[in-house]
Amino acid sequence: MVTFRLEERERTSYPLALISPLIAVFISLVLAGLLIILAGANPVQSYYELMKGAFGSKNAFAETLARATPIILTGLAASIAFRAKFWNIGAEGQLYFGALATTMFGTGLIVLPSILMIPFLFIMGALAGGLLLLPLVLLKLYYKVDEVVTTLLLNFVVVLLVSYLLEGPWKDPMSLGWPQGKSVVDSGILPQILAKTRLHLGFVIAVFTALSIWLIMNKTIIGYQIKSVGSNASAASHSGLPIFKTTLIVALFSGGMAGMAGVTETAGLKGYLTLDLSPGFGYAGIAVAMLANLNPLGVIFSGIFLASIYVGADAMSRAMNVPTYLADVIVGLTVLSILLSLIFINFKIKFIGNRDND
Amino acid sequence: MIEFFEIFLTAGFWAATIRIACPLILATLGEVLCERAGVLNLGIEGIMSIGAMVGWMTVFLGADLYTGILAALIIGGVFGLMHAIFTVYLGASQHVTGIGITMLASSLGFFIFKLILPASTTPPKIKPFQPIDIPFLSDLPFFGQALFQHTPFTYLAIVAVIFAFWLMNSTPLGLSIKMAGENPMALEAQGIDVFLVRTIAVVLGSAFMAVGGAYLTLSAFDAFYFGMINGRGWIAIALVIFASWKPERALLGALLFAGLDAYQVRAQQLAGAVIPYQFFLMMPFVLSIIAMIIAAKRTRYPKALLVPFRRGERH
Repeated sequence: MVTFRLEERERTSYPLALISPLIAVFISLVLAGLLIILAGANPVQSYYELMKGAFGSKNAFAETLARATPIILTGLAASIAFRAKFWNIGAEGQLYFGALATTMFGTGLIVLPSILMIPFLFIMGALAGGLLLLPLVLLKLYYKVDEVVTTLLLNFVVVLLVSYLLEGPWKDPMSLGWPQGKSVVDSGILPQILAKTRLHLGFVIAVFTALSIWLIMNKTIIGYQIKSVGSNASAASHSGLPIFKTTLIVALFSGGMAGMAGVTETAGLKGYLTLDLSPGFGYAGIAVAMLANLNPLGVIFSGIFLASIYVGADAMSRAMNVPTYLADVIVGLTVLSILLSLIFINFKIKFIGNRDND
Repeated sequence: MIEFFEIFLTAGFWAATIRIACPLILATLGEVLCERAGVLNLGIEGIMSIGAMVGWMTVFLGADLYTGILAALIIGGVFGLMHAIFTVYLGASQHVTGIGITMLASSLGFFIFKLILPASTTPPKIKPFQPIDIPFLSDLPFFGQALFQHTPFTYLAIVAVIFAFWLMNSTPLGLSIKMAGENPMALEAQGIDVFLVRTIAVVLGSAFMAVGGAYLTLSAFDAFYFGMINGRGWIAIALVIFASWKPERALLGALLFAGLDAYQVRAQQLAGAVIPYQFFLMMPFVLSIIAMIIAAKRTRYPKALLVPFRRGERH
């Protein structure tokens, strides 16, 4: 019986590590291309329409970067958490908590000049996202309650809470019956950075955040501790690393960045809170982080790539009559194919002639 | 206040409890099978979703209801096989694989649904499973309506519990599955292929999940909606922990949980004016988190859960 086993490579080859996301993307585009054929369209032309819809004009490009903004932030949230093997799948809920904080503090309760108001809203949003995660990380640390399930379940609770607030006490009386929050005050609105487009300051803040996280992860002790806890928790514990403190910090950072994504959407893109503020940005962040191999700088590029798929899919759908759900299929395929390529980077596959002789 | 207690005395409440429990029972059993073999399957939410779609679509396109269940079973098995290839044979992260499978399975289901029915504003309907009349039993007062006026799919879900119980406790395969999740080295030492045992468990478990999804479109409702799984898969994962990875306890946990859910729907009708409906809808998710906290003290995970097995490696 011919069988195989995986042997860890002694050292990873860097060129291989760099091209692996490209290979993963290529595989998922080819597989999704089969679905385009199934839909009766030409895949090459469809992808052309998709890219044109995402990058074909100044407006399209600006829209892609605007869409990338929250995805980069939730991607960072996932990348820092997954690096420490803390499975925060709750970025969606944390994003909405950040949006709730923006609505609470940004719609008239406190009015400061822009230069203070905008940082204030981001701090409040980040705090809200982190605080939502705090009870769950404490439950994990004290009682070993699995964070995967609790973070996932809390997403549903938060969305229902937002629904209640927007239909009830926080509903904007001026909104003519639509469930939406009051508008963020003028000094809190993130300014446009490209005239006549929806691209706003949030994108710059997201990129800046990615750079900061990269610095923290690579140039500070806490970054080293986070990586150690993730790569081997028991060894890290034996060598005296503070697992408890590190996990807590990771959770606050992770939830905080997802909360910031809620700020960019509320104070940047829309100007007010709605129930459809996030069409799954929290979950898209997981794909972004994986595609970037959890590298914070890579998250910028994988975030823009995923945003281009989402933005371009609308144009492709109109032109080619392919359902827009193709974008989500591509994202799902990308997560799986990146796992596949990671395995081939980190392991050698060794075929064994006969298992009994092994 | 008395009307809040009277809810328990209505046969409709008990019938609804069983109806709500069925998809959870099937999904929880499926996850129990996977996790007992050492594989966390976070693909559950997406597998339920595509199972609901495929089951419904098969019937919509002209097949009978049982063929619909079979189609869901097969698509669940296919995604289970994909999960197993990644996590069992290639040793990829079970967390990320599961999330990826959920993303892929649910979006693929939506894509195919839109492809076949591009412009349906009102979801088209099928004729779902109808309650069957059991001579004498169905006519009993109270118990007749509560227990014996259900659809064949409901009884099938109960049979699934018995099957899973028998499989885990009375068959060599069940023993191997449990060993694969506790001590895979010992299993290999007996000359049994750990990879194969784990793969069988994940494929079978995923098929259960998809059938649980199909219960929603073929028995509980008559149409497929986007997002109709609505976290039931994640709730099932919490129930697995609550049920200590045992099929019979999964049944009890799902029934208890469904009972609370059926109760809140009825209480909502009584208190709807006072308490906003969103708080009632939160209940299942809050209860699941509470259940996990309660279970945390006695939780004993399968020892090899999340640990990829590699041949020829000494731990």
